[in-house]
Amino acid sequence: QTCLIHFIKRYCKPNPERMALCGPKLSLCCTVLSAWGIIQLMLMGVFFYVRSVALIEDIPLEEEYDQMSKLHTDMENGYQQNAYNCWIAALLYLVTLCISVQQFWMNNKSTYRV
Amino acid sequence: DPLEDPNAGDEVLKSVFVIFFQGEQLKSRVKKICEGFRATLYPCPDQATDRREMAVGVMQRLEDLNTVLGQTNDYRHRVLAAAAKNIKVWFIKVRKIKAIYHTLNYFNLDTSQKCLIAECWIPRLDMEAIQLALRRGTEASGSTIAPILNEMQTTESPPTFFRTNKFTGAFQALINAYGVASYREMNPAVYTIITFPFLFAIMFGDAGHGTIAFLFAMWCIVKEKQLLARKSDNEIWNYFFNGRYLIALMGIFSIYTGLIYNDIFSKSLNIFGTSWQVTLSMKDIQHVKDSMIDPAMRGNVSGYHGTPYPFGVDPIWQIATNKIVFLNSFKMKVSIILGVIHMLFGVVISFLNSKYFNKPVNIFCEFIPQVVFLSFMFGYLALLMFHKWTAYVAGGFDGDYFTSERCAPSILITFINMALMKNNEPDAPECDPYMYAGQSGLQTLLLLIALVCIPWMLFAKPFLLKKAAASKPNEHFDFAEVMILQGIHTIEYALGTISHTASYLRLWALSLAHAQLSEVLWNMVLRIGLAWNDWYGGVLLWALFGAWAGLTVGILCLMEGLSAFLHTLRLHWVEFQTKFYQGQGYLFVPFSFETILKQAEAAE
Repeated sequence: QTCLIHFIKRYCKPNPERMALCGPKLSLCCTVLSAWGIIQLMLMGVFFYVRSVALIEDIPLEEEYDQMSKLHTDMENGYQQNAYNCWIAALLYLVTLCISVQQFWMNNKSTYRV
Repeated sequence: DPLEDPNAGDEVLKSVFVIFFQGEQLKSRVKKICEGFRATLYPCPDQATDRREMAVGVMQRLEDLNTVLGQTNDYRHRVLAAAAKNIKVWFIKVRKIKAIYHTLNYFNLDTSQKCLIAECWIPRLDMEAIQLALRRGTEASGSTIAPILNEMQTTESPPTFFRTNKFTGAFQALINAYGVASYREMNPAVYTIITFPFLFAIMFGDAGHGTIAFLFAMWCIVKEKQLLARKSDNEIWNYFFNGRYLIALMGIFSIYTGLIYNDIFSKSLNIFGTSWQVTLSMKDIQHVKDSMIDPAMRGNVSGYHGTPYPFGVDPIWQIATNKIVFLNSFKMKVSIILGVIHMLFGVVISFLNSKYFNKPVNIFCEFIPQVVFLSFMFGYLALLMFHKWTAYVAGGFDGDYFTSERCAPSILITFINMALMKNNEPDAPECDPYMYAGQSGLQTLLLLIALVCIPWMLFAKPFLLKKAAASKPNEHFDFAEVMILQGIHTIEYALGTISHTASYLRLWALSLAHAQLSEVLWNMVLRIGLAWNDWYGGVLLWALFGAWAGLTVGILCLMEGLSAFLHTLRLHWVEFQTKFYQGQGYLFVPFSFETILKQAEAAE
């Protein structure tokens, strides 16, 4: 019985602070990736919004069109939707950035405390 | 319970047994048997009280001994802990002392047995600093006799010493890996500081990837002190970290070539407005699959504005189906031109070497024929390229058919025909097979002069050396050996010019591969996230961007970067340095506590 109590005391210390979800390297990677993602996706969204010709192959279009007006509407919709998609992805990366920065700070704090 | 044998430290299982006997004879027999089996005999008293007293006494003794053991262990632990604080310092001191004695052993004892003499190499510029250091040493040791520093003559070849700082050190290491420069020959590392990142950037030309490399290198440079203090033994990290200035330069140059190729993560930027326009009517466009924008002036209409895109490749090329055909021609020509310039530079350095070492034989018999051969054949090839770029235009100058694109002869065929002394055939019956008047005559002349250079390279030097040796009968001169050596050098140079010039085409090949890989990655990975018409495309794009970014860094930056680095290194080591580099020297390794301690630490 004394052995059991001794065992519990050794391995189940109460943890006052929450452990980080990911280690220092993963959170640093995610931070850098999120920062890059925000910048690049914001710019891509802007380029889609101003109907840049460079991105014309990236919008979903049919193989063939019978009417010019349908092509026009499809292109306009494609550009607009892609611009919004890029900005949504950039927003999601903003959230990811906050999470990974917070994880990074938590990892740093726990190493200092030890 | 197993007991611990104090001698060997193993665990021994012991059994205890009590023997009852009657009489002296049995006692002696039992004793003899026990001794035979190496059992330990303990006396056991008759009375129970005596036995209890004995047990108590033994327990007390056990406790005392345990206490003593415990105290001794604590004491030993304290002594070791105190020593552990100093042990690193002691190791360093011992290593330093050992190194000093090892070096002192190199000294010779003077005939009068009173002082030590040493012969060593010193950099001439540091002479005063060394005198100062010797004086400081004399004062520190408190002796009255100052050490004497004399310069002596020797026939040994001195070691090579280049003063480098943290920026130039990486480039010098690249050159030293091939071979340490011979004493006082030209150091190619100085030029490598710019030519290496430049040739790398031609192969890597993507502004986006260049930015990634540059940012990584800048982070390394800004956090230099912290990262140096970490003293990591991960070899790969150390390679990247020690090359941080090299990587920074490669990144900057790649951003530049990326803007010239107009390639940022496989997309082009349209900053200035394209110089091309569509000339088909709206009705025609709707019915054709693809059409060519003709830059020539047809009637009053031309697909080309007349002024080129101010900086770099026109952005319209990224949506043209014949983009690769156009860029191939451009990049191949640029690679050959840069290759010829780089090799000519190498040959000129050999001239500077010959001038410094006062060897006019080399200048007359090697440098002049080499430069003539290289420039008359491959310099002429580069000149043809420039001429073709300026002498022909779409539709011809003022409608002249001879200067139109239909009549521009292929430079490769022209060059091959020049070497074979064949006549050029025209592309079309109305065309002129040559680019300028007198071309066939000039080409034959250049070829003949270049051919004359070969026996010049082969025979002039051995015969001159033989004549010079004839006036000095004491020196041993083996004509056959010199002839063979010169033959090898001539063949190596002549064949080398052709193969090395073609070798520079790797600048084109790698840049094409990089651009295509980058395009494939965008089309196959990122485009999937851009093909959705609903809002959940945004979430898919979020996930796919992560994959695209990981693959970009892993494949395009790391793998392609290492590949381009390797090919640039090969271009420098083989195509550039074989024109002039001897590389037979050995490094100057001065006595340094830092290097000794670093080596000892690495060995641990």
